[in-house]
Amino acid sequence: MPDKSTINLVVNGKPYELMIGKDIIPSDTLAETLRNNLGLLGTKISCDRGACGTCTVILNGKAVLSCTILTVECDGMSVTTIEGLEDPKTGQLHPLQQSFIDHTAFQCGFCTPGIIMTVKDLLDKNPKPTEGEIKQALSGNFCRCISHYEVLKAVTAVIEGGEYGK
Amino acid sequence: MANNYRYIGKDTPRKDARDIVTGKAQYLDDVRLPNMLIGKVLRSPLPHANIKRIDVGRAAALPGVHAVLTYKDVTDAVWGIPNHMKLLDKKVRFVGDAVALVAADTAEIANKAVELIEVEYEPLPACYNVEEAIKPGQPQLYDQYPNNIIPQISKLLQNVVKGDVDKGFAEADEIIEGTGFYECFPNPLPPEPPGVVAYWENQDKLVAYVATQSLGLNKYLAQPFFRMADTQFIATQCGGSYGTKNANLTPIGYAAELSKAARRPVKIYYTKEEHLAAYSLRISCRINARVGIKKDGTVTAVTGDWFVNTGSGSEAGPHEIAVGCGELQLALRCPNWNLHSTLVLTNRAPTGIVRGYGGQELESSILPIMGMAMEKVGVNPVDFFKKNFVRAGDEYFWRNGKKYVYRGVDFSPAIDNGAAKFGWNEKWKGWGIPTSVDGNKRRGVGLGIHCNADVGEDDSEAWVKLTADGRALVLVAVSEAGQGQRSSLAKMAAEVLQLPLDYVNMSFPDTDGNPFEFALVGSRGTFTVGSAVIQAAEDARRQLLEKAAPVMKLKPEELDTVDGYIFEIENPENRIPWRKAIGITSTILGKGRFNEDFTLSNFLMTFVEVEVDTATGKVTLVNVLNSAGCGQVISPASLEGQLHGALGSAGLDTAIFEGGMLDTSIGRMVNSNMIDYKWRIFNDLPHFDNITLDTPMPSHRFHAVGVGEIATSPGPSAVLMAVYNAIGRRIMDYPFTPDKVLNALGKTT
Repeated sequence: MPDKSTINLVVNGKPYELMIGKDIIPSDTLAETLRNNLGLLGTKISCDRGACGTCTVILNGKAVLSCTILTVECDGMSVTTIEGLEDPKTGQLHPLQQSFIDHTAFQCGFCTPGIIMTVKDLLDKNPKPTEGEIKQALSGNFCRCISHYEVLKAVTAVIEGGEYGK
Repeated sequence: MANNYRYIGKDTPRKDARDIVTGKAQYLDDVRLPNMLIGKVLRSPLPHANIKRIDVGRAAALPGVHAVLTYKDVTDAVWGIPNHMKLLDKKVRFVGDAVALVAADTAEIANKAVELIEVEYEPLPACYNVEEAIKPGQPQLYDQYPNNIIPQISKLLQNVVKGDVDKGFAEADEIIEGTGFYECFPNPLPPEPPGVVAYWENQDKLVAYVATQSLGLNKYLAQPFFRMADTQFIATQCGGSYGTKNANLTPIGYAAELSKAARRPVKIYYTKEEHLAAYSLRISCRINARVGIKKDGTVTAVTGDWFVNTGSGSEAGPHEIAVGCGELQLALRCPNWNLHSTLVLTNRAPTGIVRGYGGQELESSILPIMGMAMEKVGVNPVDFFKKNFVRAGDEYFWRNGKKYVYRGVDFSPAIDNGAAKFGWNEKWKGWGIPTSVDGNKRRGVGLGIHCNADVGEDDSEAWVKLTADGRALVLVAVSEAGQGQRSSLAKMAAEVLQLPLDYVNMSFPDTDGNPFEFALVGSRGTFTVGSAVIQAAEDARRQLLEKAAPVMKLKPEELDTVDGYIFEIENPENRIPWRKAIGITSTILGKGRFNEDFTLSNFLMTFVEVEVDTATGKVTLVNVLNSAGCGQVISPASLEGQLHGALGSAGLDTAIFEGGMLDTSIGRMVNSNMIDYKWRIFNDLPHFDNITLDTPMPSHRFHAVGVGEIATSPGPSAVLMAVYNAIGRRIMDYPFTPDKVLNALGKTT
């Protein structure tokens, strides 16, 4: 790692400069930085050990577990979190968010941001996945209320609606 | 069922839906108060030990540390049922028990301070199962409980004793004895770990943010624990509870004591390892039972010794036993009983409130013995349960030991409809006979049952406030933990007041600004809180029409209201907005109350089909059908989600792969992480149907009772039956992991 005193991140389109030793410490995970430094509390931490998918964000176009990535590893990278999905000007929800509402695809909702980010990453790359591909993409996302069936319906409706990626 | 309701029975978006999908919903760890400290807990590495010496000097001297507390410093108040658990004690009783508490500026400093605390232990022998624990000479967990047995509580139903069991056995055609084991110690494991943020507003008032399913219960239980100090509990969005986040005074006590010492707000937020290894587990059960049965499936007598392993502490054990004893009578009509319970302490993590609450554990252990009896007389389980579950006019003892008479609907059609949709008659080939065999793959079907009269338990109060702008506010101390209860209550108020749903809001969920509420437990919200809200809305509506009458020069009974207008029933065009009746500087407050009623029950039968691979021993869940009876459905999508919950939260999967594994040589849980603790994943889902029998229930105006809690309960015994039918060998101890299946098949040495 280059010897640097600052880390530059673009989060939901907005640039941030974080000083190591002042704003963050080298052991801070990306999830901790998002929550504790940037106030982006929509990214949830559950197991904090990379096993449950709850903290999923999109880093440089790829869904990652933000509890297993150090912020100092993310210099120059771009992050999208659940807060970055709705249109900042109009407040219009992302089609996945709207479909999760329409299908009540959550109960307690704690795992929902991670599930939505995981699915967004899938659909960004593969707008017409099979049900097997959706399930495979979500295989690392823990949902204990068992809203799996409603999630699959919500995702399928977005794919069938063809409004994704327009 | 078709109805003319505007909202009831129709899907409307959850009120908190937008906050959930945008990440704005505020959960416990999102609470950030000024000057807030982070609390951490030093936990015992030993399963049983006295603390000989504890030195916190180095920890307290660490910069950034604001409080370090041991048993010498904190309240000696006790909690649990019965009251016996201290926050910190001179002795530790399980690996993970709390030894000391630290509050510091950051989690890093707090963790560092925890490491600097020096403890010298005097190790004691430990015991983990009920048979060992009750033997004379075993290590004693609590001085006041000889032989590690918690005495029965006389005000609760601790045994089922009625009729004449000798006569019952004499009348039986067959008598069956057996032992059932539901001893898997699963963790319901909500995704959000347990947590609390607390501070003392003044010396006599504790304010606590809690992630809870039962806001009101926190105040009810915590106030005596804090020596009747005033308490205000504020509910955050709760990231899953499944019973375990009711009112657990352990983390609340930690935060409150640290806050008192540090004079600043303190957050306690468990790590997932603490959550798995040191937070409330499901009670564990073993039952030795004897059953008398007639050839036609009539049960003539049930006797048994039910041993409940409550670990090192009992949050609710006697109460769970009481509810289990009640629920078994609803599932199993029999005139002659002698079922006796024993609640036993062992050196495992404490057990607590979990969805299923006594009934799931009792049924999972005794219904398999009932299955042996059914097999002996050749009765199909569908016919057996149709004959034996509760009917209107049947008497049962409920949890308080009193007798009640069921007055609800007949659930037989729920069994018939479920069996038909599942294809039971085609798949059922007889006891111990597979549905199909394809090489190593053998399929079998099974079913389980659960009924709960706690749908009407305890008391609730609600207020409904009408304002001149044509809006209503429902004031109840109800939090949201995933059941959609707050949204369903808003629908009930909107239906009574005929307001747009967006014009009915729910009050801020705290205990200061709302009337008394007990808890969202036992599927009670729909009937109990619902009744209070309906009554409050009706009271508000009555006042509104009385105020409008003189303005409109009509009688109240000539008026009705819709969408914020009051109109003349005979001439709807003659109308005034609410503000002309209420006045813009006034409000109307309607009040409602519900008093406990144990004469109704909900119903759930779960049908399952499993495939057992006899080469590998793997049990695969292929097909699940829930047939529920709960009267008029209020919110179909929320109910569907709750019923799917059968697979989660220490439910059906405790029969297949789920449980807490203890290394008894050191007393340590070996799978206290989310990789080794098994949970159901997206790419391993069975086909799953839910159907409901919505015959109107004589409960309240909307004829509904709740059913969500019990979704987890019939599953385990259903799977046991299905595995037996698939392989012809009955495995009695859950879960049915490949090693046990291969062992049952004689394929291991």
